[in-house]
Amino acid sequence: MYRYDSYDQAMVDARVEEFRDQCRRRLEGKLTEDQFKPLRLMNGLYLQLHAYMLRVAVPYGTLGGDQMRALADIAEKYDRGYGHFTTRQNIQYNWIKLEDAGDILADLASVEMHAIQTSGNCIRNISSDHFAGAAADELVDPRPYAELLRQWSSFHPEFAYLPRKFKIAVIASTTDRAAMKLHDIGIRIVERDGEQGGELGAQFYVGGGMGRTPMIAPCINEFVPLDRLITYAEACLRVYNRHGRRDNKYKARIKILVHELGAEEYTRQVDAEYAHMLDQGVEPPFAELERIRTFFADPEFRAADEASASNEPAKTASEPAFQRWVRRNTNPHKAPGYVSAVISLKPVGGIPGDATAEQMRLMADLAERYGFDELRVMHTQNIVLPHVHQSDLPAVWRALDGAGLSTPNLDQIGDIIACPGLDYCSLANARSIPVAQKISERFEASGKGEALGELKLKISGCINACGHHHAGHIGILGVDRKGVENYQLSLGGSEAEDTALAKITGPGFSEEGIVDAVETAADVYLRERTEGERFLDTYRRIGMTPFKEALYG
Amino acid sequence: MADPVTHSDGPQSDGQGHNSGLLRYRDDKAASHAAVTVDAFVDQDDALAVRIEPGDEARELIPHLARVKLVEVNFPAFGDGRGYSAARILREAGYDGELRAVGDVLVDQLAYMRRCGFDSFDPDAPLDAGDVEAALARWPDVYQSAADDRTPIWTKRHA
Amino acid sequence: MRILTGNDLKTGAVTWWTGSDWSLRVEDAVDVTGNEDEIALREEAARRVNVPYAIDAELDAGSARPAHIKDRVRALGPTVRLDLSLKPTDPDIGKWVI
Repeated sequence: MYRYDSYDQAMVDARVEEFRDQCRRRLEGKLTEDQFKPLRLMNGLYLQLHAYMLRVAVPYGTLGGDQMRALADIAEKYDRGYGHFTTRQNIQYNWIKLEDAGDILADLASVEMHAIQTSGNCIRNISSDHFAGAAADELVDPRPYAELLRQWSSFHPEFAYLPRKFKIAVIASTTDRAAMKLHDIGIRIVERDGEQGGELGAQFYVGGGMGRTPMIAPCINEFVPLDRLITYAEACLRVYNRHGRRDNKYKARIKILVHELGAEEYTRQVDAEYAHMLDQGVEPPFAELERIRTFFADPEFRAADEASASNEPAKTASEPAFQRWVRRNTNPHKAPGYVSAVISLKPVGGIPGDATAEQMRLMADLAERYGFDELRVMHTQNIVLPHVHQSDLPAVWRALDGAGLSTPNLDQIGDIIACPGLDYCSLANARSIPVAQKISERFEASGKGEALGELKLKISGCINACGHHHAGHIGILGVDRKGVENYQLSLGGSEAEDTALAKITGPGFSEEGIVDAVETAADVYLRERTEGERFLDTYRRIGMTPFKEALYG
Repeated sequence: MADPVTHSDGPQSDGQGHNSGLLRYRDDKAASHAAVTVDAFVDQDDALAVRIEPGDEARELIPHLARVKLVEVNFPAFGDGRGYSAARILREAGYDGELRAVGDVLVDQLAYMRRCGFDSFDPDAPLDAGDVEAALARWPDVYQSAADDRTPIWTKRHA
Repeated sequence: MRILTGNDLKTGAVTWWTGSDWSLRVEDAVDVTGNEDEIALREEAARRVNVPYAIDAELDAGSARPAHIKDRVRALGPTVRLDLSLKPTDPDIGKWVI
């Protein structure tokens, strides 16, 4: 994984001092809250429902054991012993004091971490495929490109006060595990003209997003050469910064600009700016991309048939619970003998994405012992050990199982994405977490979870859609109906390569009613499905009507 | 681009004395011409100073840069970042005269404004001199190219 | 009744105006009808509170209960982590919120 050199470290250290100074000026009254707010947001510090909240960047979701351990320490030292992993591969703390913020950033900087641009109307943390560098189906590791974009976007002087926030995702496989087309810019690394072994370049999808006006990004350029990547991104951003709407914050995202101009006209403007930019020398030397790539070289994988160094008894491998976990929570790896193992943060009845300091330390230990010291945060709010030798799986599972981290429900109905909702978030209209808890408990009790197979359920507590409800096979949106929580059900969304936006079924439900409604929809699928069909496939085949009849009929 | 005064030289005081809050990072004398709108500037051959509002097209000025003595870029609200692009576009077009940020210009935006090519500032509310100095001395390096002459980290790494 | 709430500038903790100071306990909140803007402006200027605002509340067993669920969650803590709330041992507190 990428490691800082003295330049990177000096920049992050400077940011710590800058923010200390800004906090001091706020506490002394030299900055008003209105003036301070964008500054604290650009360091990930929100004022939330109960306290300040700090969002820490995990660039493209990759972190090392030492970093995970530092996150655990921060949870204990400055917060209440836990953290929440987010749908943008970051972590946030809910109980932060402003007077501690500078010290926390300094602690983060000591392990090459920060909270830079994790909020605010600027280019946010770059996200990527959580199986990057490990997945059997990837063309190349997308993270070097994400890292280059991280450097380019960090403290970018022209793009710190954009019309609205700006999110970029980078992937490099046809399978999309990063909701790439639902980002402001989605980049897919491809081979020219799809020819195997051809020159690598970047496909640009611009103007996707969720929120109150969900849109799937159109492809505006099929192939940007890698030695023009930054120049092209700069052109995309400049057109947005100049022409994105600033009269209405709900219409300020780039998706509205692309939609109102039309993809063709937006592309024309980008191309004109790009032609101009090519003469401005904004592109990094290609050697920098090559330098970054060396950080993402494969670790020294062991032979496929090598035995485990752990002392886990051999009989563990025959335990049904272990076998179920391997079937459900591991993903094929490019190296023979290896898998990527998903650590579930979705215990039945638990809070999706929350992990205690102890759990974080255990994950760090496992990464160091069995995973080449690497971890990934998934946008689905789980954690990945990307490179685990199959022989070590029993020991890994045993440790996870003892810490409540082995729920075998990856991509099943219990693997719910949920935003913090009204329990924590000042923007929320309804609670998300209790609904997630009740649904996971209901399906655990009925035992239907396994039978339902892949079924992605996503819950947002308000229209901003942090819980990705538009992209759920089943989506739930919490709304406020005259002071009472109400939940709208939607079906048919997907954030994968077959990106689709879910459609609302009809009138909303109460908190109890929505749990019943989800079960009703699941039962329609179980009744109607044909061999090999997922929930989403059945919905696409039979349409909304049978679901509506069952729900409202 | 021409930008002869470095950070360490500090701001030059305004010889006109019309505004004690004016910060300049140029050696020449401050322009005192009244700034007109972009439309008016393009129409009037004798206008020497122009004020760009956030929605204005900075590129309309490019054919007229030879006679421009002062460009003011107005920031009615500090959160409206269009002026950063306007400034950089003019520097990219070769403008080397005074480029002044006016309006809701706060100390925490100065470093980025300098990077986008601004070399003078006329904030609505006067800035604390110590804070200004700290803000402009803050960044040991820069990650990316902009309108200033600082060498990006990625270039230094491979020099 | 109208009650005034905000956050402590340094700690971020939710606070309530008691008539003379800021308290962590919503039970201490007093009616500020008619004076809300004046108190909010004065207290914020003195940095004794951050972003204060007034909300509707009703008297419930002699103390203020915010009218809207969001403010009640704010007053108590996350309903999914009552162990972290201001009343971790009150078995009926969930009903007060919902």
